[in-house]
Amino acid sequence: MVTVARIDRRACLARLGRAGGLALGFGPALGFGPALGFGSALAWAASSPALAAAAGDPVAITFEGLYKSFGVLGYQFADPVVALTGRPVQIAGYMAPPLKAESDFFVLTREPLAICPFCQSDADWPVDIVVVYLAEASPLVTAGARVLVTGRLDLGSWTDPDSGFVSQLRIRDARYRRA
Amino acid sequence: MRRTLPIAVLAALSSALPAAAQTIYPLDRAEILAGSLFDFKVEFPGAPASDAVSVTVNGEDPAKVFGAAASFVQKEDGLDHSALIIRGATVAKPGRYEVVAKAGDKTRTVAWEVFGTPARTARNVILFVGDGLSVTDRTAARILSKGLVEGRYGGELAMDDMPNMALISTSGTDSVVTDSANSMSAYTTGHKSCVNAMGVYCSRAKGTLDHPKVETIGELVKRKAGMALGVITNSEIEDATPAGVVSHTRRRSDYNDIVKMFYDVKPDIMMGGGSPNFLPKAVPGSKRTDEENFVEKFKADGYAFVSTATEMRAAFAEGRAKVLGLFNTGNVDGAYDRKFKKGTTARFPDQPDLAEQTRLAIDSLAKSDKGFFLMVESARIDKYKHSLDWERGVFDTIMLDNAVKVAKDFAARNNDTLIIVVPDHAHMVGIIGTYDDSLPGQTPREKLGVYEKSKFPQYKPDADGYPETVDLPLRLAYSFGSYPDHCFDAKPHLDAEFVPAVAGAEKGTFVANEKYCQPGAVRVTGNLPATANSGVHAADDVLLTAQGPGAEAFRGRLDNTRVFRTIVTALGLGRE
Repeated sequence: MVTVARIDRRACLARLGRAGGLALGFGPALGFGPALGFGSALAWAASSPALAAAAGDPVAITFEGLYKSFGVLGYQFADPVVALTGRPVQIAGYMAPPLKAESDFFVLTREPLAICPFCQSDADWPVDIVVVYLAEASPLVTAGARVLVTGRLDLGSWTDPDSGFVSQLRIRDARYRRA
Repeated sequence: MRRTLPIAVLAALSSALPAAAQTIYPLDRAEILAGSLFDFKVEFPGAPASDAVSVTVNGEDPAKVFGAAASFVQKEDGLDHSALIIRGATVAKPGRYEVVAKAGDKTRTVAWEVFGTPARTARNVILFVGDGLSVTDRTAARILSKGLVEGRYGGELAMDDMPNMALISTSGTDSVVTDSANSMSAYTTGHKSCVNAMGVYCSRAKGTLDHPKVETIGELVKRKAGMALGVITNSEIEDATPAGVVSHTRRRSDYNDIVKMFYDVKPDIMMGGGSPNFLPKAVPGSKRTDEENFVEKFKADGYAFVSTATEMRAAFAEGRAKVLGLFNTGNVDGAYDRKFKKGTTARFPDQPDLAEQTRLAIDSLAKSDKGFFLMVESARIDKYKHSLDWERGVFDTIMLDNAVKVAKDFAARNNDTLIIVVPDHAHMVGIIGTYDDSLPGQTPREKLGVYEKSKFPQYKPDADGYPETVDLPLRLAYSFGSYPDHCFDAKPHLDAEFVPAVAGAEKGTFVANEKYCQPGAVRVTGNLPATANSGVHAADDVLLTAQGPGAEAFRGRLDNTRVFRTIVTALGLGRE
């Protein structure tokens, strides 16, 4: 069992400031949701994610806590998430319907995407997705299953050379299990 | 859910067409506005060389008749056909035009009507599209917002209280049942198209942007009359109906191309959702695949960019004539979710209402000295019916009606505005009675009152016609005729839009969403293919109502292309 460090909600909220960049019309800033209920959840100080990551334990992050601002003109990642770039993290979500039964790549969404809510488009992803690159090609579970992904956090706009898929946040060298 | 077919499948489908004679676009029986632009294309199966084919228009060289150069492509896109193409063709003289295409022993003949128009009778045209609006929705909206007592209504809907009416048939070139892209295309171009396409005929070409184009109403009113142009929706602005005003593509999901097409036409007012396709790739939240920043491009061209209702009001109050409003990353929340603060309203708390948008847009566009064309869509009537969530669909029907009332109030000032209210297609729905929680039993059928047991429900509308709650112990039984597997409890979905089905174990199939399979619900086996996750459109004719100059053309049953013809006739766009 991996020990998962918990990002303390208050510490994150205290750091929610506008960091320039995108200017207009952001919705309310989102705090971190409750950390996931496994491992020994400890209340850490603001520097805890980095400390925990340095110790090699993946830090639990949540879809709810990914952004500090989210609006029509784009979103900004929350500072604690940015601070975890290159570090081991763990996040729970839903595996989007995979293109192939076995792959080293899948898309993780906040809600089950089985429903692609009545979009009539083959490219209609929610804006807030996490792209998961597995350490090795694995059989993918049935779409709609809640999974727990562990791997290295990679931030920034990146276009997959094979698929052309553009992503902003990736978990690399990842493994997953059903949550 | 109808997914856009992948290109490979499209190509396979088109190559599976019967290896009959030539195909000529525009198709047989096309009605073409004199002076409008279109692409002429003839496809020859078997990929003959140019010297083995001949094409005439009324016995003459097509390039001469159409005033544009022809090109001939053998094995177009490497496929087994040749194509003669004339881009930007136009015919000024009204009349019957016969096109004859010969190759070897095969001859294909089509006839078109090129129609002119008399002098302009309407200064402005406002086209309201209720996406997926069935007659049932009008009835339900009237019951909820006006009341029904002793069999009589407490008032009229604005859209019902109009002098002209017609049944409109909606099928496209390829299928009995249309989608919103090709049905809107009939209204905006006067030409029929195929599922997933707008502003083009669906040819054998591989590229989604390479098909023969026909000019849209947005392009026409700008090019021929210099009119002001507005497009308002509560879907993503790139979605089929708003996009149909300006765009040409075989694939409605070409959102990034569609944004560019909006930019090419530059409607003076554009409002909806779908901001990610305007943002450059590097911006987190973008859905573009390039670094174009269309928000900045529009701003550089003098547009006020607004992303909240407050900003929208301020821009119009300042007299800004060009306004780009993007209020959500996805669809703008419907009237129900905005009223009860559900949906995405936590993230986007200040989204505008269609009726207010219509009022502000009309007041702004009316300053044009050349008149205006405004398209207003209530988009989610359709989307909520796909998800079998009738209350939300009817709320957005009431919202549409409020917007129609705004337009009628404007038109009453001086009778120079043609107003059309029209669905693009139907859904298979009907009101079959009421559900009464006080009846004994556990399941929906035990609570259902039909005939004399369907007592009048007491919805309490607010000043805008929206019931203060839909969660009544005695409520309408609004029934869906096409559905996937789902669990049904005959109750409204107060907290979030209904999601009837989710992905099943077998790839591409859908099963009932277990979230709703609670005590009191029944499992309903879908009557749609297992690949459907929501309801589908129906081929039923739809009801159009209209008023103002030119509206007298709307009577009896008409083809959907006649909506376009009536608009351009009222605007005199076929006069030289």
